[in-house]
Amino acid sequence: MDKIKETIQTKQFAPLPSGGLRGLSKRIIPCLDVKDGRTVKGVNFVDLRDAGDPVELAAQYAQQGADELVFLDITATHERRKTMIEMVKSVARQLNIPFTIGGGITEIADAEALLNAGADKISINSAAVKNPKLIEDLAKTFGVQFVVLAVDTKHIDGKNIVHLNGGRLITELETEAWIKKAEDLGAGEILLTSMDHDGTKAGFDCNLLSKINKMINIPIIASGGAGKTEHFTEVFQKAGVDAALAASVFHYGEILIPDLKQELKRNGIPVRI
Amino acid sequence: MILDTKYLILIMIGIVNYGAGNIFSLTAALERQNITYGMVNTETDLDKYSHIIIPGVGHAGAAMKKLEQTGLVGAIKALKKPVLGICVGMQLITEHSEEGDAELLGIVPVKTKKFEKTLQIKIPHMGWNDVEHKNNSLFEGVEDNAQFYFVHSYFIEYNPTFDIASANYGLKFSAAVQKDNFYGVQFHPEKSGKAGEHILKNFSNLS
Repeated sequence: MDKIKETIQTKQFAPLPSGGLRGLSKRIIPCLDVKDGRTVKGVNFVDLRDAGDPVELAAQYAQQGADELVFLDITATHERRKTMIEMVKSVARQLNIPFTIGGGITEIADAEALLNAGADKISINSAAVKNPKLIEDLAKTFGVQFVVLAVDTKHIDGKNIVHLNGGRLITELETEAWIKKAEDLGAGEILLTSMDHDGTKAGFDCNLLSKINKMINIPIIASGGAGKTEHFTEVFQKAGVDAALAASVFHYGEILIPDLKQELKRNGIPVRI
Repeated sequence: MILDTKYLILIMIGIVNYGAGNIFSLTAALERQNITYGMVNTETDLDKYSHIIIPGVGHAGAAMKKLEQTGLVGAIKALKKPVLGICVGMQLITEHSEEGDAELLGIVPVKTKKFEKTLQIKIPHMGWNDVEHKNNSLFEGVEDNAQFYFVHSYFIEYNPTFDIASANYGLKFSAAVQKDNFYGVQFHPEKSGKAGEHILKNFSNLS
Protein backbone atom coordinates (compact mmCIF):
# COMPACT_ATOMS: atom_id res chain seq x y z
CA MET A 1 0.00 0.00 0.00
CA ASP A 2 2.77 2.40 0.97
CA LYS A 3 4.53 1.56 -2.22
CA ILE A 4 1.45 2.43 -4.27
CA LYS A 5 1.13 5.71 -2.40
CA GLU A 6 4.75 6.45 -3.08
CA THR A 7 4.33 5.71 -6.78
CA ILE A 8 1.27 7.94 -7.00
CA GLN A 9 3.09 10.74 -5.23
CA THR A 10 6.16 10.43 -7.39
CA LYS A 11 4.03 10.47 -10.52
CA GLN A 12 1.88 13.32 -9.33
CA PHE A 13 4.78 15.57 -8.50
CA ALA A 14 7.13 14.42 -11.21
CA PRO A 15 8.59 17.40 -13.06
CA LEU A 16 7.36 17.91 -16.60
CA PRO A 17 9.57 16.19 -19.17
CA SER A 18 11.05 19.38 -20.53
CA GLY A 19 11.43 20.86 -17.09
CA GLY A 20 8.79 23.52 -17.48
CA LEU A 21 6.08 23.85 -20.10
CA ARG A 22 4.49 26.27 -17.71
CA GLY A 23 4.99 29.54 -19.45
CA LEU A 24 8.70 29.93 -18.76
CA SER A 25 10.89 29.91 -21.85
CA LYS A 26 14.17 28.12 -22.24
CA ARG A 27 16.91 30.71 -22.59
CA ILE A 28 19.59 31.04 -25.29
CA ILE A 29 22.69 32.82 -24.03
CA PRO A 30 25.63 33.96 -26.17
CA CYS A 31 28.83 34.33 -24.17
CA LEU A 32 31.35 37.07 -24.96
CA ASP A 33 34.95 37.11 -23.80
CA VAL A 34 36.17 40.57 -22.96
CA LYS A 35 39.71 41.84 -22.50
CA ASP A 36 40.57 45.46 -21.71
CA GLY A 37 37.00 46.47 -22.49
CA ARG A 38 37.03 44.83 -25.95
CA THR A 39 35.52 41.56 -27.08
CA VAL A 40 38.04 38.94 -28.09
CA LYS A 41 37.74 35.84 -30.29
CA GLY A 42 36.77 36.41 -33.86
CA VAL A 43 33.30 37.58 -34.56
CA ASN A 44 32.09 37.79 -38.12
CA PHE A 45 28.73 39.45 -38.18
CA VAL A 46 28.69 41.07 -41.57
CA ASP A 47 26.94 44.25 -40.50
CA LEU A 48 29.07 45.06 -37.49
CA ARG A 49 31.08 48.23 -37.77
CA ASP A 50 33.35 47.24 -34.91
CA ALA A 51 33.38 43.57 -33.96
CA GLY A 52 35.44 44.35 -30.89
CA ASP A 53 32.91 46.73 -29.40
CA PRO A 54 31.00 44.82 -26.70
CA VAL A 55 28.15 47.32 -26.78
CA GLU A 56 27.51 46.99 -30.48
CA LEU A 57 27.85 43.23 -30.35
CA ALA A 58 25.49 42.99 -27.39
CA ALA A 59 22.88 45.11 -29.12
CA GLN A 60 23.16 42.93 -32.19
CA TYR A 61 22.57 39.77 -30.16
CA ALA A 62 19.61 41.35 -28.37
CA GLN A 63 18.08 42.22 -31.70
CA GLN A 64 18.59 38.67 -32.97
CA GLY A 65 16.59 37.37 -30.03
CA ALA A 66 19.21 36.36 -27.47
CA ASP A 67 17.47 36.04 -24.11
CA GLU A 68 20.41 37.04 -22.01
CA LEU A 69 24.14 37.66 -22.39
CA VAL A 70 27.17 36.60 -20.41
CA PHE A 71 30.39 38.64 -20.48
CA LEU A 72 33.50 36.91 -19.22
CA ASP A 73 36.26 39.37 -18.44
CA ILE A 74 39.76 37.99 -18.94
CA THR A 75 41.65 41.24 -18.37
CA ALA A 76 44.75 40.65 -16.29
CA THR A 77 45.97 44.21 -15.68
CA HIS A 78 45.49 46.24 -12.52
CA GLU A 79 43.21 48.55 -14.50
CA ARG A 80 40.73 45.72 -14.92
CA ARG A 81 38.09 46.84 -12.45
CA LYS A 82 37.86 50.34 -13.88
CA THR A 83 37.64 49.20 -17.52
CA MET A 84 35.11 46.53 -16.58
CA ILE A 85 32.82 48.99 -14.79
CA GLU A 86 32.97 51.36 -17.75
CA MET A 87 32.08 48.55 -20.11
CA VAL A 88 29.20 47.36 -17.93
CA LYS A 89 27.78 50.86 -17.82
CA SER A 90 27.98 51.23 -21.60
CA VAL A 91 26.28 47.87 -22.08
CA ALA A 92 23.55 48.64 -19.53
CA ARG A 93 22.81 51.96 -21.21
CA GLN A 94 22.11 50.24 -24.52
CA LEU A 95 20.88 46.75 -23.75
CA ASN A 96 17.23 45.94 -23.04
CA ILE A 97 17.80 42.33 -21.97
CA PRO A 98 19.54 41.01 -18.84
CA PHE A 99 23.25 40.29 -18.69
CA THR A 100 25.74 38.59 -16.38
CA ILE A 101 29.34 39.62 -15.71
CA GLY A 102 31.98 37.11 -14.73
CA GLY A 103 35.73 37.09 -14.23
CA GLY A 104 37.87 38.21 -11.35
CA ILE A 105 35.11 38.91 -8.84
CA THR A 106 36.59 38.13 -5.45
CA GLU A 107 34.79 40.35 -2.96
CA ILE A 108 31.55 42.11 -2.12
CA ALA A 109 32.94 45.47 -3.29
CA ASP A 110 33.54 44.07 -6.83
CA ALA A 111 29.98 42.80 -6.98
CA GLU A 112 28.50 46.01 -5.65
CA ALA A 113 30.33 48.12 -8.22
CA LEU A 114 29.03 45.87 -10.99
CA LEU A 115 25.47 45.94 -9.64
CA ASN A 116 25.52 49.73 -9.50
CA ALA A 117 26.86 49.84 -13.04
CA GLY A 118 23.79 47.92 -14.24
CA ALA A 119 24.80 44.23 -14.24
CA ASP A 120 21.86 41.92 -13.52
CA LYS A 121 23.93 39.04 -12.25
CA ILE A 122 27.52 38.24 -11.48
CA SER A 123 29.22 34.95 -12.07
CA ILE A 124 31.85 33.66 -9.67
CA ASN A 125 34.11 30.66 -10.06
CA SER A 126 37.63 30.35 -8.53
CA ALA A 127 36.95 32.88 -5.77
CA ALA A 128 34.02 30.77 -4.56
CA VAL A 129 36.11 27.58 -4.54
CA LYS A 130 38.80 29.32 -2.49
CA ASN A 131 36.26 30.95 -0.19
CA PRO A 132 32.80 29.31 -0.32
CA LYS A 133 31.49 31.84 2.20
CA LEU A 134 31.65 34.41 -0.60
CA ILE A 135 28.53 32.79 -2.10
CA GLU A 136 26.68 33.20 1.16
CA ASP A 137 27.85 36.79 1.66
CA LEU A 138 26.87 37.79 -1.87
CA ALA A 139 23.46 36.12 -1.60
CA LYS A 140 22.73 37.81 1.72
CA THR A 141 23.85 41.21 0.47
CA PHE A 142 22.32 41.26 -3.00
CA GLY A 143 19.84 38.36 -3.09
CA VAL A 144 20.27 34.87 -4.56
CA GLN A 145 19.05 36.06 -7.97
CA PHE A 146 22.29 38.04 -8.35
CA VAL A 147 24.68 35.13 -7.77
CA VAL A 148 25.60 32.72 -10.56
CA LEU A 149 28.09 30.00 -9.71
CA ALA A 150 30.20 28.99 -12.72
CA VAL A 151 31.65 25.49 -12.52
CA ASP A 152 34.18 24.01 -14.94
CA THR A 153 34.13 20.26 -14.71
CA LYS A 154 36.19 17.40 -16.14
CA HIS A 155 35.60 13.66 -16.08
CA ILE A 156 38.49 11.89 -14.32
CA ASP A 157 38.57 8.20 -13.35
CA GLY A 158 34.81 7.91 -13.29
CA LYS A 159 34.36 11.06 -11.25
CA ASN A 160 33.42 14.63 -12.14
CA ILE A 161 36.05 16.99 -10.78
CA VAL A 162 35.88 20.77 -10.48
CA HIS A 163 38.66 22.61 -12.35
CA LEU A 164 39.82 26.21 -12.20
CA ASN A 165 41.54 28.61 -14.60
CA GLY A 166 39.70 27.39 -17.66
CA GLY A 167 40.40 23.75 -16.88
CA ARG A 168 44.11 24.10 -16.24
CA LEU A 169 44.00 23.71 -12.47
CA ILE A 170 42.50 20.65 -10.85
CA THR A 171 40.81 20.80 -7.44
CA GLU A 172 39.83 18.11 -4.98
CA LEU A 173 36.15 18.95 -5.28
CA GLU A 174 33.63 16.61 -6.83
CA THR A 175 31.33 18.58 -9.09
CA GLU A 176 28.06 17.18 -7.73
CA ALA A 177 28.96 17.86 -4.10
CA TRP A 178 30.29 21.33 -4.86
CA ILE A 179 27.15 22.38 -6.73
CA LYS A 180 24.90 21.04 -3.99
CA LYS A 181 26.90 22.94 -1.39
CA ALA A 182 26.77 26.13 -3.47
CA GLU A 183 22.98 25.86 -3.74
CA ASP A 184 22.73 25.53 0.03
CA LEU A 185 25.01 28.55 0.47
CA GLY A 186 22.76 30.71 -1.70
CA ALA A 187 23.81 30.42 -5.35
CA GLY A 188 20.82 31.45 -7.48
CA GLU A 189 21.90 29.75 -10.69
CA ILE A 190 24.54 27.31 -11.93
CA LEU A 191 26.56 27.76 -15.12
CA LEU A 192 28.04 24.34 -15.76
CA THR A 193 30.77 23.98 -18.39
CA SER A 194 31.98 20.54 -19.36
CA MET A 195 35.68 20.89 -20.16
CA ASP A 196 35.51 17.49 -21.90
CA HIS A 197 32.91 18.81 -24.33
CA ASP A 198 34.02 22.45 -24.59
CA GLY A 199 35.44 23.21 -28.01
CA THR A 200 34.53 19.80 -29.47
CA LYS A 201 31.30 21.01 -31.13
CA ALA A 202 30.01 17.46 -30.54
CA GLY A 203 27.12 18.40 -28.27
CA PHE A 204 26.55 19.23 -24.61
CA ASP A 205 27.28 16.74 -21.82
CA CYS A 206 23.63 15.73 -21.46
CA ASN A 207 24.27 12.93 -18.98
CA LEU A 208 26.04 15.09 -16.46
CA LEU A 209 23.72 18.06 -16.99
CA SER A 210 20.69 15.85 -16.50
CA LYS A 211 22.13 14.40 -13.31
CA ILE A 212 22.92 17.83 -11.84
CA ASN A 213 19.60 19.28 -13.01
CA LYS A 214 17.67 16.62 -11.08
CA MET A 215 19.77 17.25 -8.01
CA ILE A 216 19.16 20.98 -7.58
CA ASN A 217 16.21 23.35 -7.34
CA ILE A 218 17.82 26.42 -8.93
CA PRO A 219 18.14 27.15 -12.66
CA ILE A 220 21.03 25.61 -14.58
CA ILE A 221 22.77 26.88 -17.73
CA ALA A 222 24.40 24.26 -19.95
CA SER A 223 27.75 25.17 -21.49
CA GLY A 224 30.41 23.45 -23.55
CA GLY A 225 30.05 21.49 -26.77
CA ALA A 226 27.47 23.33 -28.86
CA GLY A 227 28.15 22.73 -32.55
CA LYS A 228 24.79 22.59 -34.24
CA THR A 229 21.15 23.37 -33.68
CA GLU A 230 20.29 19.77 -32.77
CA HIS A 231 22.60 19.99 -29.77
CA PHE A 232 20.41 22.65 -28.24
CA THR A 233 17.24 20.64 -28.84
CA GLU A 234 18.95 17.65 -27.28
CA VAL A 235 20.17 19.45 -24.15
CA PHE A 236 16.73 20.88 -23.42
CA GLN A 237 14.92 17.60 -24.11
CA LYS A 238 17.35 15.16 -22.53
CA ALA A 239 18.85 17.18 -19.69
CA GLY A 240 15.90 19.51 -19.00
CA VAL A 241 18.23 22.46 -18.39
CA ASP A 242 16.85 25.99 -18.14
CA ALA A 243 19.26 27.68 -20.52
CA ALA A 244 22.05 26.90 -22.97
CA LEU A 245 25.14 28.99 -23.51
CA ALA A 246 27.52 29.06 -26.45
CA ALA A 247 30.18 31.34 -27.87
CA SER A 248 31.86 30.53 -31.16
CA VAL A 249 28.88 29.00 -32.99
CA PHE A 250 27.08 32.31 -32.49
CA HIS A 251 30.07 34.58 -33.04
CA TYR A 252 31.04 32.92 -36.32
CA GLY A 253 27.45 32.91 -37.49
CA GLU A 254 27.38 29.10 -37.71
CA ILE A 255 24.10 29.15 -35.81
CA LEU A 256 21.77 32.10 -36.13
CA ILE A 257 19.61 32.70 -33.08
CA PRO A 258 16.34 33.29 -34.99
CA ASP A 259 16.81 29.96 -36.86
CA LEU A 260 17.75 28.18 -33.64
CA LYS A 261 14.64 29.42 -31.85
CA GLN A 262 12.36 28.40 -34.71
CA GLU A 263 13.91 24.94 -34.66
CA LEU A 264 13.47 24.66 -30.88
CA LYS A 265 9.87 25.78 -31.19
CA ARG A 266 9.21 23.16 -33.87
CA ASN A 267 10.48 20.59 -31.40
CA GLY A 268 8.01 21.72 -28.78
CA ILE A 269 10.53 23.55 -26.59
CA PRO A 270 9.12 26.79 -25.17
CA VAL A 271 11.19 29.72 -26.43
CA ARG A 272 10.75 33.45 -26.75
CA ILE A 273 10.38 34.33 -30.43
CA MET B 1 -1.30 87.41 -17.13
CA ILE B 2 -0.90 84.75 -14.48
CA LEU B 3 -0.37 81.26 -15.81
CA ASP B 4 -2.06 78.47 -13.99
CA THR B 5 0.90 76.18 -13.54
CA LYS B 6 -1.17 73.12 -12.83
CA TYR B 7 -1.80 72.80 -16.56
CA LEU B 8 1.86 73.09 -17.38
CA ILE B 9 3.20 70.02 -15.63
CA LEU B 10 5.38 68.12 -18.04
CA ILE B 11 5.69 64.38 -18.06
CA MET B 12 8.53 63.55 -15.77
CA ILE B 13 9.00 60.42 -13.74
CA GLY B 14 10.12 60.54 -10.15
CA ILE B 15 11.98 57.45 -8.96
CA VAL B 16 11.66 56.79 -5.24
CA ASN B 17 15.26 56.63 -4.07
CA TYR B 18 15.16 54.46 -0.96
CA GLY B 19 18.24 52.34 -1.49
CA ALA B 20 16.63 49.04 -2.46
CA GLY B 21 18.69 47.82 -5.37
CA ASN B 22 20.33 49.36 -8.37
CA ILE B 23 18.37 51.71 -10.64
CA PHE B 24 20.97 52.20 -13.36
CA SER B 25 19.15 49.87 -15.77
CA LEU B 26 15.83 51.57 -15.09
CA THR B 27 17.15 55.07 -15.73
CA ALA B 28 18.95 53.81 -18.84
CA ALA B 29 15.69 52.33 -20.15
CA LEU B 30 13.85 55.61 -19.51
CA GLU B 31 16.60 57.50 -21.34
CA ARG B 32 16.31 55.17 -24.34
CA GLN B 33 12.59 56.01 -24.40
CA ASN B 34 13.33 59.73 -24.09
CA ILE B 35 11.38 59.87 -20.84
CA THR B 36 12.74 62.43 -18.39
CA TYR B 37 13.16 61.45 -14.77
CA GLY B 38 14.53 62.53 -11.43
CA MET B 39 14.97 61.17 -7.93
CA VAL B 40 12.49 61.38 -5.09
CA ASN B 41 14.19 61.76 -1.72
CA THR B 42 11.74 63.93 0.19
CA GLU B 43 8.00 64.55 0.38
CA THR B 44 8.30 67.81 -1.59
CA ASP B 45 10.10 65.87 -4.35
CA LEU B 46 6.91 63.87 -4.86
CA ASP B 47 5.15 67.08 -6.04
CA LYS B 48 7.80 67.76 -8.68
CA TYR B 49 6.91 64.80 -10.86
CA SER B 50 3.88 63.76 -12.89
CA HIS B 51 4.48 60.03 -12.41
CA ILE B 52 6.18 58.03 -9.68
CA ILE B 53 8.09 54.73 -9.94
CA ILE B 54 8.90 52.59 -6.91
CA PRO B 55 11.76 50.30 -7.97
CA GLY B 56 13.20 47.50 -5.87
CA VAL B 57 15.07 44.23 -5.85
CA GLY B 58 15.99 41.95 -3.00
CA HIS B 59 14.13 41.24 0.22
CA ALA B 60 10.61 42.72 0.53
CA GLY B 61 10.70 43.01 4.30
CA ALA B 62 14.08 44.78 4.18
CA ALA B 63 12.88 47.04 1.35
CA MET B 64 9.81 48.06 3.40
CA LYS B 65 12.04 48.97 6.34
CA LYS B 66 14.18 51.14 4.05
CA LEU B 67 11.08 52.81 2.61
CA GLU B 68 9.82 53.56 6.12
CA GLN B 69 13.15 55.16 6.96
CA THR B 70 12.63 57.72 4.18
CA GLY B 71 9.47 58.95 5.95
CA LEU B 72 7.65 58.87 2.60
CA VAL B 73 5.13 56.10 3.35
CA GLY B 74 2.16 58.34 4.22
CA ALA B 75 2.75 60.66 1.28
CA ILE B 76 3.11 57.76 -1.17
CA LYS B 77 -0.15 56.20 0.00
CA ALA B 78 -1.93 59.54 -0.50
CA LEU B 79 -0.66 60.01 -4.09
CA LYS B 80 -3.27 60.65 -6.78
CA LYS B 81 -0.85 60.63 -9.73
CA PRO B 82 0.11 57.41 -11.54
CA VAL B 83 2.43 55.21 -9.47
CA LEU B 84 4.24 52.11 -10.79
CA GLY B 85 5.88 49.56 -8.52
CA ILE B 86 8.43 47.32 -10.22
CA CYS B 87 9.29 43.82 -8.89
CA VAL B 88 9.79 44.27 -5.12
CA GLY B 89 8.36 47.77 -5.65
CA MET B 90 5.17 46.06 -6.81
CA GLN B 91 5.18 43.77 -3.82
CA LEU B 92 5.46 46.82 -1.54
CA ILE B 93 2.06 48.13 -2.65
CA THR B 94 0.42 44.87 -1.49
CA GLU B 95 -0.74 44.19 2.07
CA HIS B 96 1.74 41.66 3.30
CA SER B 97 4.71 39.56 2.24
CA GLU B 98 5.67 36.12 3.46
CA GLU B 99 9.25 37.29 2.92
CA GLY B 100 10.18 38.43 6.42
CA ASP B 101 6.48 38.23 7.43
CA ALA B 102 6.28 41.94 6.61
CA GLU B 103 3.35 44.34 6.70
CA LEU B 104 3.57 46.42 3.52
CA LEU B 105 1.88 49.57 2.16
CA GLY B 106 -1.48 47.84 1.81
CA ILE B 107 -2.56 49.93 -1.17
CA VAL B 108 -3.70 46.90 -3.18
CA PRO B 109 -5.50 44.39 -0.91
CA VAL B 110 -3.63 41.28 -2.06
CA LYS B 111 -0.78 39.29 -0.54
CA THR B 112 2.77 38.44 -1.60
CA LYS B 113 3.49 34.75 -1.17
CA LYS B 114 6.41 32.35 -1.46
CA PHE B 115 6.78 29.89 -4.33
CA GLU B 116 6.67 26.61 -2.42
CA LYS B 117 9.07 23.80 -3.26
CA THR B 118 6.08 21.44 -3.51
CA LEU B 119 5.18 23.18 -6.79
CA GLN B 120 8.15 21.31 -8.31
CA ILE B 121 9.53 24.42 -9.94
CA LYS B 122 12.95 26.00 -9.88
CA ILE B 123 13.23 28.94 -7.53
CA PRO B 124 13.97 31.78 -8.23
CA HIS B 125 11.58 32.09 -11.17
CA MET B 126 14.16 33.43 -13.58
CA GLY B 127 13.72 34.18 -17.25
CA TRP B 128 11.18 35.10 -19.90
CA ASN B 129 7.61 34.07 -19.10
CA ASP B 130 4.37 34.32 -21.07
CA VAL B 131 2.07 37.01 -19.76
CA GLU B 132 -1.66 37.12 -20.43
CA HIS B 133 -2.84 40.71 -20.18
CA LYS B 134 -6.31 42.17 -20.01
CA ASN B 135 -5.99 45.13 -22.39
CA ASN B 136 -5.30 47.58 -19.62
CA SER B 137 -3.85 50.89 -20.89
CA LEU B 138 -0.52 49.91 -19.31
CA PHE B 139 -0.33 47.07 -21.87
CA GLU B 140 -1.44 49.04 -24.91
CA GLY B 141 0.38 47.86 -28.01
CA VAL B 142 1.76 44.79 -26.22
CA GLU B 143 1.06 41.58 -28.12
CA ASP B 144 -1.10 38.89 -26.54
CA ASN B 145 1.10 36.39 -24.73
CA ALA B 146 4.14 38.62 -25.05
CA GLN B 147 7.00 37.55 -22.81
CA PHE B 148 8.59 39.53 -20.03
CA TYR B 149 11.71 39.01 -17.95
CA PHE B 150 11.07 37.87 -14.37
CA VAL B 151 13.44 37.31 -11.44
CA HIS B 152 11.70 36.58 -8.15
CA SER B 153 11.12 33.99 -5.45
CA TYR B 154 7.87 35.51 -4.13
CA PHE B 155 4.73 36.21 -6.13
CA ILE B 156 1.53 38.21 -5.84
CA GLU B 157 -1.57 36.08 -5.45
CA TYR B 158 -3.99 36.15 -8.35
CA ASN B 159 -7.07 38.24 -7.60
CA PRO B 160 -9.35 38.96 -10.60
CA THR B 161 -10.40 42.34 -9.17
CA PHE B 162 -6.92 43.82 -9.25
CA ASP B 163 -5.15 41.61 -11.77
CA ILE B 164 -4.41 43.26 -15.12
CA ALA B 165 -1.97 40.60 -16.35
CA SER B 166 -1.25 37.10 -15.16
CA ALA B 167 1.49 34.52 -15.61
CA ASN B 168 1.80 30.81 -14.99
CA TYR B 169 4.77 29.31 -13.22
CA GLY B 170 3.80 26.34 -11.11
CA LEU B 171 0.60 28.27 -10.43
CA LYS B 172 -1.23 31.30 -11.76
CA PHE B 173 -0.08 34.58 -10.24
CA SER B 174 -0.38 38.29 -10.96
CA ALA B 175 2.24 39.65 -13.35
CA ALA B 176 0.63 43.09 -13.04
CA VAL B 177 -1.99 44.67 -10.78
CA GLN B 178 -3.87 47.92 -10.65
CA LYS B 179 -5.96 49.75 -8.08
CA ASP B 180 -6.98 53.28 -9.03
CA ASN B 181 -3.77 55.20 -9.85
CA PHE B 182 -1.50 52.50 -8.42
CA TYR B 183 0.09 49.97 -10.79
CA GLY B 184 2.55 47.19 -10.18
CA VAL B 185 4.51 44.84 -12.43
CA GLN B 186 6.35 41.78 -11.16
CA PHE B 187 8.60 41.55 -14.24
CA HIS B 188 11.36 44.00 -15.13
CA PRO B 189 10.16 46.23 -17.98
CA GLU B 190 13.65 47.72 -18.22
CA LYS B 191 14.99 44.25 -19.10
CA SER B 192 12.07 42.95 -21.14
CA GLY B 193 13.05 44.02 -24.64
CA LYS B 194 10.50 45.82 -26.78
CA ALA B 195 7.53 44.61 -24.73
CA GLY B 196 9.04 46.17 -21.62
CA GLU B 197 9.67 49.44 -23.41
CA HIS B 198 5.95 49.57 -24.27
CA ILE B 199 5.12 49.32 -20.58
CA LEU B 200 7.41 52.21 -19.59
CA LYS B 201 6.13 54.37 -22.44
CA ASN B 202 2.49 53.53 -21.66
CA PHE B 203 3.00 54.29 -17.99
CA SER B 204 4.47 57.69 -18.82
CA ASN B 205 1.38 58.40 -20.95
CA LEU B 206 -1.11 57.58 -18.17
CA SER B 207 -2.94 60.52 -16.70
